[in-house]
Amino acid sequence: MNDSESRGLVVRPVAELTSNYMERAKLSPAISISAAGVAITVISLWYGQNHGWLPEAASQNAPLVDGLFNLMMTISVWLFLAIQGAIVLAIIKFRKQPGDETDGPPIEGNLSLELVWTAIPVVIVMVLAVYSFDVYQQMGGLDPMASHDHTRIAKVSSGSAIAGSLDGDQGLPHGQNVALGIGANPASEGMDADVTIDVMGLQYAWLFTYPGNVMAGELHIPAGRDVELNIQAQDVLHAFWVPQFRLKQDAIPGRMSKLRFRPETPGTYPIVCAELCGAFHGAMRSTVIVDTPEDYDVWYQTQIASAIDGDANDSRVATAVGMTGLSDADRMALHPHAPAIDAAAIAAITPMAHHHHD
Amino acid sequence: MSVSTLEPTQTPQPPQPKHPERHWKDFFGFSTDHKVIAIQYFVVSFVFYLIAGAMATSIRVELATPDADFLGYENYNGVLTLHGTMMIFLWIVPAGAAFANYLIPLMIGAKDMAFPVLNGLAFWLVPPGGALLLLSLLAETPPSAGWTSYPPLSLMTGQVGQMMWILAVLLLGTSSILGGVNFVTTILKMRIKEMGLYDMPLFCWAMLATSMLILISTPVLAGALILLSFDLLAGTAFFNPTGGGDPIVYQHMFWFYSHPAVYIMILPVFGLISDILPVHARKPIFGYKAIAYSSLAIAFLGNIVWAHHMFTSGTPGWLRMFFMAATMVIAVPTGIKIFSWVATIWGGKLRLNSAMLFAIGFVSMFLVGGLSGVMVASVPFDIHVHDTYFIVAHFHYVLFGGSVFGIYAGIYHWYPKMVGRMLDETWGKVHFALTFVGFNLCFFPMHILGLQGMPRRVVQYDPAFADINRICTIGSIILAVSTLPFLFNAVYCWFWGEKALPNPWNALTLEWQTSSPPIIENFEEEPVLWSGPYDYGIDSEPEEDTRSVADLLAEVKAEM
Amino acid sequence: MQTTAETTQEHGAIAVEQAHGHGDHPDHRLFGMGVFLFAEAMIFLGLFAAYLTFRSVAEVWPPAGTPERELLLPGINTIILISSSFVMNRGNQAIKQDDVKGMQFWFGLTAALGAIFLAGQGYEYYTNTFGLTDNLFTSTFYVLTGFHGLHVMFGLSLILLVLLRSRTPGHYSSTSHFGIEASELYWHFVDVVWIVLFLILYIL
Repeated sequence: MNDSESRGLVVRPVAELTSNYMERAKLSPAISISAAGVAITVISLWYGQNHGWLPEAASQNAPLVDGLFNLMMTISVWLFLAIQGAIVLAIIKFRKQPGDETDGPPIEGNLSLELVWTAIPVVIVMVLAVYSFDVYQQMGGLDPMASHDHTRIAKVSSGSAIAGSLDGDQGLPHGQNVALGIGANPASEGMDADVTIDVMGLQYAWLFTYPGNVMAGELHIPAGRDVELNIQAQDVLHAFWVPQFRLKQDAIPGRMSKLRFRPETPGTYPIVCAELCGAFHGAMRSTVIVDTPEDYDVWYQTQIASAIDGDANDSRVATAVGMTGLSDADRMALHPHAPAIDAAAIAAITPMAHHHHD
Repeated sequence: MSVSTLEPTQTPQPPQPKHPERHWKDFFGFSTDHKVIAIQYFVVSFVFYLIAGAMATSIRVELATPDADFLGYENYNGVLTLHGTMMIFLWIVPAGAAFANYLIPLMIGAKDMAFPVLNGLAFWLVPPGGALLLLSLLAETPPSAGWTSYPPLSLMTGQVGQMMWILAVLLLGTSSILGGVNFVTTILKMRIKEMGLYDMPLFCWAMLATSMLILISTPVLAGALILLSFDLLAGTAFFNPTGGGDPIVYQHMFWFYSHPAVYIMILPVFGLISDILPVHARKPIFGYKAIAYSSLAIAFLGNIVWAHHMFTSGTPGWLRMFFMAATMVIAVPTGIKIFSWVATIWGGKLRLNSAMLFAIGFVSMFLVGGLSGVMVASVPFDIHVHDTYFIVAHFHYVLFGGSVFGIYAGIYHWYPKMVGRMLDETWGKVHFALTFVGFNLCFFPMHILGLQGMPRRVVQYDPAFADINRICTIGSIILAVSTLPFLFNAVYCWFWGEKALPNPWNALTLEWQTSSPPIIENFEEEPVLWSGPYDYGIDSEPEEDTRSVADLLAEVKAEM
Repeated sequence: MQTTAETTQEHGAIAVEQAHGHGDHPDHRLFGMGVFLFAEAMIFLGLFAAYLTFRSVAEVWPPAGTPERELLLPGINTIILISSSFVMNRGNQAIKQDDVKGMQFWFGLTAALGAIFLAGQGYEYYTNTFGLTDNLFTSTFYVLTGFHGLHVMFGLSLILLVLLRSRTPGHYSSTSHFGIEASELYWHFVDVVWIVLFLILYIL
């Protein structure tokens, strides 16, 4: 071993090295590899369907999202087991033997192997992208009414925004929607939703306004009907999230976003604010109640009646306001749905200056 | 290059040795020596890691119960804002700069960085930035709009604290840009003559890609923060809807930096891992060019995927689809890297020391983060998990399981070079075991929390999630404890560790061809490139390996 | 920043040569400067993108109530700034002929043109009938032009620094004139930014 030129000449042929290495690894010919492959595949196929990590699916689009997640889970579990298995096996099989100071085989690459493992992720992400696109379209994500950034609401001051939503739909020209978000699914594209509700996010509550000037702090919607939420924010960013619907949409001051979906399973589910909106962000929760269409009608008629009676200072309405304007932790400790506040509090929202920035 | 010590007028000591000695005081002042600056980066960033880690632990203690009973509502948001900001801008990014500073000149056979004074300047922007962030916690209203500081919330949470946050991030961003200028110039222009681009260690490729990302994206964050501070102080309304502004524009500008920032934090670590695995597996890196190019591909793609953080922000449908596709494509170069690393250790002769354990731990933890990353790229699924604990789990697998594991691997690997003493292996393994267990216990269950319905950044949550949260908190405490053996090990061995040889691992890259620690201008004479960076296994005769590389080098030189 | 780097680099190079004798490394400062200006360009690009987004999303632009902008003065200013780039280049050519006096003349003229530009900008600010916080257009107008103005000021001080240093005989020569090249590169950069800025703020 004299100079760097001659070093290259004593390289042991790679073929010899690899054949030695194959001999040592006699235990793992094609059979055990395919056995491991089958086992991994069976486990991932089973676990992809039975992970139990997702909450109840209560909307029409939820099973679509879950199907997508289950496929991704299956692929992930497969890759996880295969790669971690290879790592663990390498640690066991190829750990340095005591006293062995030699190097391993000088394998610097393998073009066909590298092509294979470039092609595998390419195929996987293509499948996932196409599948995701399809699910997104079925959910209504590409409904042109909801997914194009045409215009914005011109200017929203804290006062006029809430006033607009109190007046129902009049804040926006109907049929010329400016919303972004999730629209109608392809089957009902171009048709009006069965129920349209204005949603206002404010620190730290959700306020729901139904046609006919019915206001509520909880969201009631009929099962099996198309529901459209027009979501706005009064002060800062919020996000409307119902985990059981697999739907989330930011509420953005100065913009209106739309969420259209069909609840399927009657029940009571949480509405969670998912965008940091201030100190009591964690307490900004409400409830969505999916009623049967009959129950929903009964509920809605009662609300209309009490709205006409001027009896809006009903505790159902007031729940939304329970959380607003609070700055002391004691009141936040109350369960968000417990406090009942009279109508004066609703009126109090309007002049409430959340914009400290003057 | 430490100019002052070289200039005769400034060194009054009469006997002038060929290479001036390093003085401990050098580490406490303005130095232009890349190795001193690197150590300064390491120590400062690690101190902030401990501070931000203490914040993380307090966050987890708060979340051990569903009620706000430890930090309280207001403090919680302040702590979580600073935890994120510090971990990113004061720990992982500067820790990457620390490795780059130390290793790049040594790896390419240079005496120092291209612009030593600029280098010192870049470092000295970090401590004021960090101090400003720490002080902001004492402001009447600390910054509490999260590390993203989305307006309008960030415009309403108090001017003083928020402005301190902006200034701190601007300082740290400037430091990062100046570092990037230096790294690019050094890598492209300062290599020894024989070293072509494809003879560079892969860490240099990774830093080249990282620096390009820094130079492209960090300035845009500066632009966003300039506009934000006008909104905050001067009463403009760029991002304030009440004056006609648009908060979504901030989000675009912010993520145009902050998504690439993820790669700014992980690419250097990819480089470290590519350099550590072959040494301790005694095998060449598998697919050098594929790994080098995939770094560049990731850097390129990293610039065109930012809006995947905004799938629920009211972005148009076509935009969401474009960013979904672009994001998923990143899985390809990332996959190439992971497969190549596994193939590198496969069939080698693995020395399972602390550096190798952390490096392999990196590969397997980053794999989890990568898999969940592909999931959240999918728009329909992301709509469900966006801003939930699933995301918290995902990015901690990338940034802790990825970056931090890799940084630890790098420290165990290069500590002998930097300090001249070996770290204790037993304590290193204890450190690894505690980190690995604590990390997975803390962060894996968060995937389930997010899927089930727990949003992130909440101090108060549905009591149904209390059990899983308690597991996470236990994990976080193990994780906090795991730093103690490391700290003890690093400090003890600095003074009393076993002396390190110039090349304790029998590695082939140039930094191992000089003494440990290297002399002030790195090499006695310009080093000779006598092998590729990863040409392991070329020597067949076993006795060859008992001799040190330095001996071999001496032989080679003697023949020349 | 360039100045400190410059001095130390020069000293460093000398010191290294003295201490080791195995060679100076070539001068990378101009390359580094170019890389830095690339990052600078990205700040402006980010701000331009923000402006164009505001503009494209708005229904009416500039927002209702924005006064008409005058074009004459900014137009003259633009011509002044662009011509200063050519003037400055003459200075660089002069130093390549070892003509320090010529360089001083052309750089002095460039500094004067730069100062006129700044004064014109100041006059425009002073006579404008709209304020910073009036609306989204006026805000972006002032922030963009102001940020650019800061860069002009910095470029101007670089030129003045070069002039100051050139008083030391032999400081700049046909073989060593990094300061001149760097300040010229910077000035061209500021110029190009202004052209884009003028196009999107005034013309578009």
